[in-house]
Amino acid sequence: MLVNPIKRAYLALESWFNISFGTEWNPLYHLGTLSFFLFWIILVSGIYLFIPFHGSLAGAYESVEYITHDQWYAAGVMRSLHRYASDAVVITVLLHMFKEFASDRHRGFRWFSWVTGVPNLWMIVALGITGYWLVWDELAQYVAIGSARLMDALPLFPGTMTRNFVAGEMTDRFFILIEFLHLLGQPIILVFMLWIHVKRISNVEINPPRGLAVGTFIALLALSLFKPALSHAPADLSTVPQELNIDWFYLNVYPLLDYWTEGQTWILTISITLLLMILPWLPPKKDGPKAVVDLDHCNGCGLCFEDCPFDAISVQARTDGARFDEEVVVHPEMCAACGICAGSCPSSNPFRSSKTELKTGIDMPQLTVDEMRTKTGEAITALDGDTKILIFGCEHGLNVNRLDRNDTKGIRLICSGMLPPTLVEYALKKGADGVMVTGCRHNDCFYRFGNRWLKMRFAGDRKPILRGRADRNRICVHGGSETDKKEIEKDLNAFRAELVKLNQADVTSSDKLN
Amino acid sequence: MFGHQNKPLRYLLQAFNYTIFMALIWYFATSPSIRILAEDEAVITLAFGHVGELREPCRKLSYEELAKLPPNMRKPEDCPRERSPVVIEASLDGNTIYNKSLQPPGLFRDGSVNVYFSGKIPAGNHHLEIKMDDSVRNEGFDHTFEQDINVKPARILLVNFDSQKGFVIQ
Repeated sequence: MLVNPIKRAYLALESWFNISFGTEWNPLYHLGTLSFFLFWIILVSGIYLFIPFHGSLAGAYESVEYITHDQWYAAGVMRSLHRYASDAVVITVLLHMFKEFASDRHRGFRWFSWVTGVPNLWMIVALGITGYWLVWDELAQYVAIGSARLMDALPLFPGTMTRNFVAGEMTDRFFILIEFLHLLGQPIILVFMLWIHVKRISNVEINPPRGLAVGTFIALLALSLFKPALSHAPADLSTVPQELNIDWFYLNVYPLLDYWTEGQTWILTISITLLLMILPWLPPKKDGPKAVVDLDHCNGCGLCFEDCPFDAISVQARTDGARFDEEVVVHPEMCAACGICAGSCPSSNPFRSSKTELKTGIDMPQLTVDEMRTKTGEAITALDGDTKILIFGCEHGLNVNRLDRNDTKGIRLICSGMLPPTLVEYALKKGADGVMVTGCRHNDCFYRFGNRWLKMRFAGDRKPILRGRADRNRICVHGGSETDKKEIEKDLNAFRAELVKLNQADVTSSDKLN
Repeated sequence: MFGHQNKPLRYLLQAFNYTIFMALIWYFATSPSIRILAEDEAVITLAFGHVGELREPCRKLSYEELAKLPPNMRKPEDCPRERSPVVIEASLDGNTIYNKSLQPPGLFRDGSVNVYFSGKIPAGNHHLEIKMDDSVRNEGFDHTFEQDINVKPARILLVNFDSQKGFVIQ
C-alpha cells in the first residue's frame, strides 16, 4: 500500500522513538505536553531571574553579568535553563506541527486546532525576541534595531521607532515597556491563545509522563552546566557589532534584513503564515457523516460525552418526556465522525434485538453498530480452518483486509474505539476462536483516545467494560500503523499458535469431562 | 522491540536521543555566527524627523470672507495644512548613497517626515555632502551640508538635523 513519503518519514522517526522510549514515553506522542513542561521550566527560571535582574538600560547588562558569572551555580544555571528550554519549545512546536501535517491531522474537523495553533508559534517567537532585548548586549541592540525597522515598515506605526536606537535617544521608558511585554503581556496573551487552541478537544493533558519530563529536565540541566548561556559585549548605540552569535530558533528573520527590505521580509513572513493557515484546505477534506443520537435508545448515561475526544457531545435536560433526566446532543461542527461514542454506548450490545435491526443510543450512519454485527456474523460464517480469527482494524492503521485468508477475516472500522466490547464477546460466542483488534500505534490514535479507551474497556477500567465471561486469552490487541504489516503479522502468527494450544487444551478438557 | 529486560539498553538509547536534541539546541542557539560588518567597515546613519514648509502660504481673509464665518471661527489668516514633501540627497565622495522624496504623513499631509537611513561605508576619510529641499515654494535645496569626515571601523556616523543648527554630525 502506498504511504505518502512525508508520513513514511514521520512514522520511521516515530518507530525509532518507540524503540528507545517505548510507546508510553515516546516524545512524539507528548509534544504538546512536553511544550507545556518546557513552559513551566521557562516560567520558574524566569521568576528566579526576575529577582536579581535590573530593569533599566544602565543596570540590565550588569545584572545579567552578575546572574551569569557571580551566581553561576544558581542564577546562571537558571538563565541557561531559561534560554535552552525556550529553544527546545521551538523544536517541540515545529515537530508537533510536522507530526500533525504528516499524519493528516490538520484537515477536516481539525482545521480549528491547526489554524489557532499557527499564531502560537509566532507568539512564542515574539516572546523569545523580547527576551533577547532584556540582556541589553550587542545582540539585544541588533535585535532591537531590526525589530524597530520591521515595525516601522508597518502602516499601523508612525515609522519613528528605529530612531529610538540612535545614540542618546533610547530611554528607560521604552526598555521598561519591552520588559513589561516579556514578563506579563506576551505570556498572558500566549496562555489565552493556547486555551483557544485546545478549545475543541476534551481531556486536555498538560503534563508529560514523569519519565519523559525527568529525562528532558536532566538533559537541559546538563547542557546548561556544560555550555552556560553567555552575553555579548554590552550594547553601544554608537557602534555596530561586527560579528554576532545569534539564536537561530528565534532570530532567524533578522539576517534577512541585510539582503531584503523590511517590506520583502514582511511579505515572506506573512506568506509563510498564510500558507500554513490555509493548509487544512489544500485540499479540503470532507469528514464522514456525523454521529446521530436516537433518543428512543438513549438513557442519558453520558458515557459517550465522557469518551468523545473532541468535546462534540454535551448533556442536556431530557426533551422527549422519557423517564430519564438527561439526554446527549451531538454538535456536528465539532464531531470528528470517529464513532468512539458508538463504542461507548451501553446500548451498542449485539446480544440485544438479535432478530431485528440493532438500534443504539448513538450511532454512525456510515457504519452502524447493526452493520458491524452483521459483518461480524458474515465473516465468522466465511471463516474456515482450525483457528478462526476475526480481526477488527481501523481506517487509519493497517488495512486489515490485507491479512485475510481462509481462517482469518478482517473487518474495518472507522476507529478501533468504536468497537463495543460486547461485540468481541459476541464474535467469540458465534464461533470465532480468537479476536484481534488493531488500530493506530498505542498512544497515537488518529482520533486521540480510540485505542486507549478500547484497552481500558477490555481491562475493565472504563465503561462499558468487556465482561469477565469473554476469554482474554482469545483476544489480542495490537497497535500498529499502515507500515507495520510485518510486526502485526508476527503478532498474528503468535496469536494463532496460542489459539491452537488453547483449542487443543479445550478438546482435552472436554474429553476428560466426557 | 526492547522489553523491560532491556531497560539499560533503552536508557542508553534515550541518552543518545537526548544528546542529539541538546546538541541541536546548543549549536543553533549560537551558531552559525553572522558577520554584520567587515573589519574595515563603518556605518552612516541619517536619523531625524522634519516638518516640511507649508505647501501654500497663509492668505489674509477679506472682510466679506470673515463675515461669512461663524464668530468663533473668525481668524485673520487661512493657512492650508498641507506641507511640502522633503527631498534629501546624500552623497559620499561624490557617490549618491541616499536620494528620496518623502511625502508628509497624515490625512491632510501635514505630519512630520521620518528620515531613517543606515548604510555601510568603508572606514576612513570621506567627503560627505547632504542637501535637503523642504519647500515647494523655493527653487533648489533649502539646506546643504558639506564636510570632510573620518570614521573609525565599527563606528556609526550619525547625521541629525536641527531646525536651528541645520545638519549635525554626532
